[in-house]
Amino acid sequence: METRSASSDPVIEVRGLHTRFGEAVVHQNLDMSVHPGEIFALVGGSGTGKSTLLREAILLQPPVSGSIRVFGQEIVGMSDEEALPLRRRWGVMFERGALFSALTVTGNVAMVLQEHTPLSDRLIDEIAAVKIALTGLPTDAGPKYPSELSGGMRKRASLARALALDPELLFLDEPTAGLDPLSATGIDELIRSLRDSLGLTIMMVTHDLDLLWRAADRVAVLGNGRIVGVGTMTELSKSNDPLVRQYFYGPRGRAASEQAWKQKSIS
Amino acid sequence: MAQVTVEADRVPAAGIVQMRCAGPWTVRGIAQIEKQLEALSWPTGRELVIDGSAMSALDTSGAWLLHRTVRALEKQGCTVRMQALRPEFASLLQLITSREVAAHAPAPAAPSALARIGQEGWSIALGTADYLSFVGESFTVLLRSLLQPRRIRWRPILHNMQIAGVEALPITGLLSFLMGIVIAYQGADQLQRFGANIFIADLVGLAMLRELSPLLTAIIIAGRSGSAYTAQIGTMKVTEEIDALRTIGVAPQELLVLPKMLALIIVMPLLTVYTDVTGVLGGMIMAQSKLNVSFGVFLDRLDEAISLSSYVTGVSKAPVFAMIVALVGCYRGFQVTGSAESVGTQTTLSVVQSIFLVIVTDAIFSVVFNILDL
Repeated sequence: METRSASSDPVIEVRGLHTRFGEAVVHQNLDMSVHPGEIFALVGGSGTGKSTLLREAILLQPPVSGSIRVFGQEIVGMSDEEALPLRRRWGVMFERGALFSALTVTGNVAMVLQEHTPLSDRLIDEIAAVKIALTGLPTDAGPKYPSELSGGMRKRASLARALALDPELLFLDEPTAGLDPLSATGIDELIRSLRDSLGLTIMMVTHDLDLLWRAADRVAVLGNGRIVGVGTMTELSKSNDPLVRQYFYGPRGRAASEQAWKQKSIS
Repeated sequence: MAQVTVEADRVPAAGIVQMRCAGPWTVRGIAQIEKQLEALSWPTGRELVIDGSAMSALDTSGAWLLHRTVRALEKQGCTVRMQALRPEFASLLQLITSREVAAHAPAPAAPSALARIGQEGWSIALGTADYLSFVGESFTVLLRSLLQPRRIRWRPILHNMQIAGVEALPITGLLSFLMGIVIAYQGADQLQRFGANIFIADLVGLAMLRELSPLLTAIIIAGRSGSAYTAQIGTMKVTEEIDALRTIGVAPQELLVLPKMLALIIVMPLLTVYTDVTGVLGGMIMAQSKLNVSFGVFLDRLDEAISLSSYVTGVSKAPVFAMIVALVGCYRGFQVTGSAESVGTQTTLSVVQSIFLVIVTDAIFSVVFNILDL
């Protein structure tokens, strides 16, 4: 927390990023930065390389060229050994949860703590229970196995695991995909409250326009291999860029923005 | 370093004890504090002030530890007051306090030995019943397909024959060839002692054709294809593909089990004949180099030694073994439940059980053939 408040340097800084899969160019000279304490969302049509960018930022996939700095450290070409201290400072929630199916929910969270801390088993179990409660799961979800959970609960459990080490930076891949509107709304609120109470920086990839209106501080729109627009949702909705307009002014985009305006005027 | 110290206040008469928290109370720092807190001796029934002015960082894990301590003290009858805690830390503590956290549940008591034997026996009985019903279902599907031959899916059958049969030729051939060499090699010494060199053909021929080559083929196919069936069907179960098939109105048995079973039933006898040949070939080469029995003499003797019934009994076991391997492999696949670990467990079970059943069946065959005087 000291480190967090002391600097206002970007938490993630991407410069001149190039990514290619064979012939297909995914990112071309892409620049982007995420500031401390903000909820940053990455949007764009299918195949524009949002998830690829996320995977590159968490060292699951190397770019062809360019620089990605996380917490001020260059991560492109970093070895696993050098990356370990960084990996402890961020948490990742995968789109389909990626919970370890052989472990219970508590086991999934506790496993991270057992790997990285010398705490007693009892305290680890209790901390795991705290994280599970923080994500809004009922108390009886702890001893259940992932296969016994619903999709929404699995996402929350995955979030609990991502929060296990109290990371400063949280990556969320499609946090609301596949959820019913009620659960999705729950996730919106959860993300905001986590940021507010734990001071996290959050970078997420999403298609969910409601989530963007409700939770995101800044949104970047990916298109043609680069960022075509970045700003708050209100700013983006006034953008003249055709790709941005196409994204936000489809019928669904309009419905979500109307909804957001209505809510603002009510409150 | 995170620290915690407890000291009596300057005014002992007031009975106030002060606990000072210092350093980073974070998940990486609290390991020592946890031990320190356990070692501290707490006053009972007094007023306690927690001073957080020197606390440099607090995360949810640290907040939990603090909250846990406070809760324990309050239970002992202490009045606890927070002092000089930074507002952001106070709100974090508030967040942790507000959530209902599952109690640290003790592990349920292990059942008694008798209860375990009962449970184990019951689950074996259920498993057997389940397996028998699977076999029954498979045969119903098989019969239905045979009555309506147009419903038989030839493409997957041919595909399975390619994978389980044609692609298994090198390994089954090589192993049976080596087996033939080994038998001839072991037998050569004994036969030489009695000057009965020529009987090497009887030894190799009977051993390979009647027993070893069907058994060897079945064991290789169980390891090669049976395990693959379990893993394939098991993974499809995990990814809900089996459920998808049911909703489309296709019986999973018909699409997944039947082609595999039919393919193996067709392919295994063929493989057995092939391993008969390679096995005898191995024995023949060994007979020539060790016992000076030429190929021609060996084959002449083989013709006399091996009756048609020896050859037929060997080959006739193959389709039965094929059914065992295919049915156990597929059944184990359907037994997979949600987790990746379960795919591994069921695959192991599939190989172990099919080899076990193949050998037991082989023993039964031996007894039956003996009684029938074949």
